[in-house]
Amino acid sequence: MKIGVVVFPGSNCDHDCQHIFKDVLGQSVEMIWHKETSLAGLDAIVLPGGFSYGDYLRTGAIAKFSPVMGLVKEFAKGGGMVLGICNGFQILLEAGMLPGAMLRNKSLHFICKDLSVKVENAATSFTSACQPGQVLKIPIAHADGNYYTDPVTLAAMQANAQIVLRYCTPEGKVTPEANPNGSLDNIAGIINAAGNVLGMMPHPERCAETVLGNDDGKLIFLSMLESLKQGKKPLQMAPA
Amino acid sequence: MTKELIAQHNLTDDEYQKIVGILGREPNITELGMFSVMWSEHCSYKSSRVHLRKLPTTGPRVVQGPGENAGAVDIGDGLCAVFKMESHNHPSFIEPYQGAATGVGGILRDIFTMGARPIALLDALRFGGLDNAKNRHLVKGVVAGIAGYGNCMGVPTVGGEIVFNDIYSQNPLVNVLCLGIAHKDKIFLGTAAGIGNPVIYFGSKTGRDGIHGATMASDSFDDQSEQKRPTVQVGDPFTEKLLLEACLELMAGDLLVGIQDMGAAGLTSSSCEMASRAGNGMDLDLTDVPRREPGMTAYELMLSESQERMLMVAQAGKEEECIRICKKWDLDVAVVGRVTGDGILRVRDQGKVVAEIPAKSLADDGPRYERPYSPPGYQDMLTNLNYDALPDVKDANAALLSLLESPTIASKRWVYEQYDHMVRTNTMVRPGSDAAVVRIKGTNKALAMTVDCNSRYCLLHPYEGARIAVAEAARNLVCSGAEPIGLTDCLNFGNPERPEIMWQFVLAIEGLRDACEHFKVPIVSGNVSFYNETNGLSIYPTPMLGMVGLIESVDQTMTQWFKQDGDAIILLGKTREDLGGSEYLKVLHHREQGSPPLLSLEAEKSLHDFLLKAIRDGLVQSAHDCSDGGLAVALVESCISGPAARRGAVVGLGLDTLRRDALLFGESQSRVVLSVKPELVEQVLKRAGEADVPAMKIGTVGGDRVVIDVEKGQWSEGCRIDLPVDQLFEQWAFSIERTLNQA
Repeated sequence: MKIGVVVFPGSNCDHDCQHIFKDVLGQSVEMIWHKETSLAGLDAIVLPGGFSYGDYLRTGAIAKFSPVMGLVKEFAKGGGMVLGICNGFQILLEAGMLPGAMLRNKSLHFICKDLSVKVENAATSFTSACQPGQVLKIPIAHADGNYYTDPVTLAAMQANAQIVLRYCTPEGKVTPEANPNGSLDNIAGIINAAGNVLGMMPHPERCAETVLGNDDGKLIFLSMLESLKQGKKPLQMAPA
Repeated sequence: MTKELIAQHNLTDDEYQKIVGILGREPNITELGMFSVMWSEHCSYKSSRVHLRKLPTTGPRVVQGPGENAGAVDIGDGLCAVFKMESHNHPSFIEPYQGAATGVGGILRDIFTMGARPIALLDALRFGGLDNAKNRHLVKGVVAGIAGYGNCMGVPTVGGEIVFNDIYSQNPLVNVLCLGIAHKDKIFLGTAAGIGNPVIYFGSKTGRDGIHGATMASDSFDDQSEQKRPTVQVGDPFTEKLLLEACLELMAGDLLVGIQDMGAAGLTSSSCEMASRAGNGMDLDLTDVPRREPGMTAYELMLSESQERMLMVAQAGKEEECIRICKKWDLDVAVVGRVTGDGILRVRDQGKVVAEIPAKSLADDGPRYERPYSPPGYQDMLTNLNYDALPDVKDANAALLSLLESPTIASKRWVYEQYDHMVRTNTMVRPGSDAAVVRIKGTNKALAMTVDCNSRYCLLHPYEGARIAVAEAARNLVCSGAEPIGLTDCLNFGNPERPEIMWQFVLAIEGLRDACEHFKVPIVSGNVSFYNETNGLSIYPTPMLGMVGLIESVDQTMTQWFKQDGDAIILLGKTREDLGGSEYLKVLHHREQGSPPLLSLEAEKSLHDFLLKAIRDGLVQSAHDCSDGGLAVALVESCISGPAARRGAVVGLGLDTLRRDALLFGESQSRVVLSVKPELVEQVLKRAGEADVPAMKIGTVGGDRVVIDVEKGQWSEGCRIDLPVDQLFEQWAFSIERTLNQA
């Protein structure tokens, strides 16, 4: 498979994503400069974490104007898989490819630590290697991960099983105490209605090798590769 | 030139006369400014240079020693570790967020200027007590500044240390270490070789910020220090990230001759130092220097310390390619000069020559002082402590809880959770163990890193304190499974014009020298920060060390926390009556007195050799150095500091001739708490005996309480520590957060 990792000025998890797909999973990876004009030949796109444009205005708010984002939208419209991690998730929100917005963490601090995340929907192309309800240990590292959307959208996402990952206790209970940043409904990751665009705040690429003490995150990437291999159409999750 | 103007530039009359002698005329104002920053203590090392020469800087692994942007040591596989530590103390006191942030930015540039990609940051911080609102403000600001810059850059802050002591209330210390990895044969130096080669400016525009930052950092503070805020620069980590990627892309091509960042003293230092290293001169034309605002004078342009700027000397004819790469990364770029053969740094602005100075006189011919030194009159009062007048500990449980709550010992969770310590996916051992460990991708190796200095020991005996700092840093690395291979230092002291401060400095240097020679660890880079003094009160002498160790195989990495119930606990090393300078005396008796613990370099080295081999041979489950708070605190930390399950322990100790507090909380050196599988105890003890390392089984891991039974000795009754692990954890893990939130 050929995975494209988009590099915005200020992306800083681009090498980490490249490392996972290339060195750990043996796939071919192309680094896509944000001024790129073609995404031909790519099987999936990753928007990596970081601080695109320094996040000086609002996270992801400038990156959405990068020339490559038009291509990424087209790619997704055609059913291509797009994974946004952390800043990548924030960019997907700003670009309107996923509903909602990110607020500052409730503590107002940057938070970097391991957390438990529950797989609420294991039927997606990004989570099919997980068990339903499986608890993954994945680190977060962000200052703006306090997800918000309006009640109508939230209800629709809940009804469509678009809330894929939620913060939970190590035992799998979704509680306010397990919520690190004030995120609405403990949301850690959501998918679009078409089922081919996933945004998640936790960093699966940081926990996908045993040498780092934890490889729970590998399941996300294995799910993607499996879905691509089967040539599966993304799961249709809502009435077209 | 008026006397006032000369004094404002922090130059003495003698120094001014020397400048007139060099030029054969009076300097103009731009030249005076350039001399003043280059001859400042910060840039010229005029008080320290004669002593720094004593330090061992060579060794089989040394690829680059002191004098360049950073040092480099060979780690095999064609790679080297490039590292350096620097202080940003003065700016961080005046403006904590930006001061700390630009400290991170500055040291990062030093590393990637050498052609290395930065992979780790560590911070050593000193603050006054948290009961003071100003100190809490400084802590919050500095931590946020480090986080703001490092996180955005995508370089993980993997470790560090923090000590709280009121002596730092008016002079907090912010020392930042950065380590990068470079190919051994692709190290870039700051040299302006090749007459006629173009000099290219790139990065941010030049503004009026930070003018005279180096001069400010070379002076003491008083109550008017707030007025120095404009000398603090403002950081832009986003531009620095672009600068990093642009530099590495420039270096990947065959384009550059030399490169240097514009740090302290900005365009002046980068140009004259590069020219001087190559024995050349440089013609600079300021007309094309990118600037933030109109109307800037040559003086301002040459002295600005605006951040995120670089100067490179490219191969003639490669200008266009260099400019293309810089523009790709949205950076300002301009050819601003040429290398010349006459040794003169000649600066033009709008066609007019505004400065003409021999480059070498600025960079290398600054004043050197052999400042007088003598011990302070109060030294004996500090070291003489009548222990008989101090009652021995009665309630050991309460004493232990007080120590765990002391912010110097308490968990630094609140701090390091604000730092991205995992980005780049190399962090094998995160903050909170004896040393941080990062793997080196593409190899089976890892590097361990630690920063250490017990400044109270250094106050009580600068020579012993410095030796102990080296020993402890090396011990931390060995406990992580690493062989120490190199050292960087950041020497923070008071005003060198005071003989007692100079005495502390000279003794500390000699202590560093002796310990480094004994352990065969070279010092490859460093920094001196003098004038850490406000209204005449100096900080404790703080020769901060950053040490790097090599782990040949990632599976030999060791951590400090207990792994398995039923494992045996072994204490390595001998416990003496070492209460002097201990955290226990400070917290429980409010004394910062006595003689620091005895250190035998021979015993320490035997311990390292034995332990490293035992770890490599797979005999050890955990290893933790005994330092602040002594044996009892080390045992508790091994129980509660792990990322997974907390574990209890049952330990029995004999007093023999010791006091109870000395046994439990004394800080005897060369001691390590090990845990080993029960079936390996005999083998480990036997090996230790053969290596002449004192070793004793003292207990067993397990249960949900920490129990330490102290049997009565020759002169004292015994005592018992018996507390639930969860209570110990709560006390230790959230202490700093509690204090900060109360306020």
